[in-house]
Amino acid sequence: MSKRRVLWIGSFYLIAIVISLLWLFPLFIAGTTAFKSMNEIVQNIYWWNLPDEFTFQYFAEAWNQGGMSRYFLNSFIITVPSVVGALFLSALGGFALAKYRFKYNKLILGIFIAGNMIPFQMMMFPVFEISNVLGLYDTYLAVILFHVSFQMGFCIFFLRNFIRTIPTDLLDAARVDGSSEFRIFLQIVLPLTKPALAALGILEFTWIWNDYLWGLVLLASDNLRPVTVGLVSLQGEYLSKWNIISAGSLIAAAVPLIVFLVFQRYFIQGLMMGASK
Amino acid sequence: MNKRRWAPFKFLLIPVILYAIWVIAPIFYTIFLSFTQWDGLTAPTFIGIGNFVDLFNDPIFYTALFNNIKWLLVYVLVPLPLGLAFAMFFNRSLPGVKIFKTAIYLPLTLSFVVLSQIWTWIYQPKYGAINVTLEAIGLGNLTVAWLSNSDIVTYSLIVVGCWPQTAYTMVLFLAGLQNVPTEVMEAAKVDGANRWQRFWKVILPLLKPATIIAVAVTIIQSLRMFAIVNVMTRGGPFRSSEVLANYMYVEGFKNYSMGYASALAVILFLIILLFVSVYLYQIFKTEVEY
Repeated sequence: MSKRRVLWIGSFYLIAIVISLLWLFPLFIAGTTAFKSMNEIVQNIYWWNLPDEFTFQYFAEAWNQGGMSRYFLNSFIITVPSVVGALFLSALGGFALAKYRFKYNKLILGIFIAGNMIPFQMMMFPVFEISNVLGLYDTYLAVILFHVSFQMGFCIFFLRNFIRTIPTDLLDAARVDGSSEFRIFLQIVLPLTKPALAALGILEFTWIWNDYLWGLVLLASDNLRPVTVGLVSLQGEYLSKWNIISAGSLIAAAVPLIVFLVFQRYFIQGLMMGASK
Repeated sequence: MNKRRWAPFKFLLIPVILYAIWVIAPIFYTIFLSFTQWDGLTAPTFIGIGNFVDLFNDPIFYTALFNNIKWLLVYVLVPLPLGLAFAMFFNRSLPGVKIFKTAIYLPLTLSFVVLSQIWTWIYQPKYGAINVTLEAIGLGNLTVAWLSNSDIVTYSLIVVGCWPQTAYTMVLFLAGLQNVPTEVMEAAKVDGANRWQRFWKVILPLLKPATIIAVAVTIIQSLRMFAIVNVMTRGGPFRSSEVLANYMYVEGFKNYSMGYASALAVILFLIILLFVSVYLYQIFKTEVEY
């Protein structure tokens, strides 16, 4: 390697390290604050000082007294069925739009795509009202139903494009063998769609977990709130207790963060496929 | 054969019904509501374009609209070029690059609520990291109450949004760069084009589809921003950081004027529609062809 190239690569790494550290500095602040006592925060104001001792006391307080444990569980109760429901129904709908020719195919696809582009605030009051009328207001189901429905816009578009790449010969072969159309979906299409479902599932999980508006609008009871809405009430409860609020923020961020770190490839693939296809 | 003809309709039945009830019908219902006076409890009364007339005489509406324009401009001017710069910078096959990319992507996985909480603390006037740092490096005269100074509060909020948005545009541009064939790059090198020329004359034109999508997504995100404003300032101080989406929420759920709030929704919808149609056109042109 030439001297010039070594120098060039060296400066790349140097710049990359500086950018990354600057970029993650807000997370560093949250990370250290969550371990500091309020005394320490107020007296030793320099954020670059590491905590005197690493105690999980403030995490515990946010988790127990702050109610984050309940909110955390609620987020799972809302997110998991929403993701599963949206993926299954979208695979079904995406299959129909990808592999069958019928009159309103493109129109239906267009409506799903367009609906997904609409600012979701546009649906805020009617969805609130519908939930009220159906007696679903202030239940998990209200939030789940909305997430499943709204996310289908993106998911159907995404899965339809993927399923279109599956060779139709495979389906026809199964038809000759006498399989029903639904069986073909379950036994051929669904298994072949796994990579797309993985990418989409990771993405949807993060989005639904991180949702704030619908938890806020469709739920009133504190004990049903997802972790995002819960974090805001934690802030109200522990006003200016930055260590507890930081700990609560990290608890709320933990699951999407871990999911992302483990499945980064799928997450990024999902974003790329969703955007460019 | 007959079975096969009906299969797609059976498969689409539940998705279409759910989508119609929870997404499509509400859009039209909101348009209807924008012509009514409605407290959310009694029946809505039709008042024609009354809400829109009120809206155009409402100073808070103009503040919110103007703030949304600030969000839009900064979003287009900062995260978009920065995301492109990051994508160009990190798009190379050296060992360890993946780790740097992971670091840049991280804010994308955080909820706006989490971002808001962390940044509220960073902006805290006395003990927050920014003012503490400014004091420490002798720039104490630059310290500001970032979230309670009505002249700068909106910009403070936009910075929070720029953080994940930059990561997002970086992903979009990296996706676009994957479609730039290496042969094209090599050919340009052989032709003696320097780095700068290669970027402007070869790469950027090939990134056009990615750029259009990134611009549209960035604009849409900037216009529908809700959570950061709602969590960090609730539109304050004195409504100075209000944006349309939060104003709508406050009018509807705090002041119970859902008709008026729906009129706000319609205005926001029309503004976004303008940009969405550009985006949809691009998608349909490139992908949906039989």
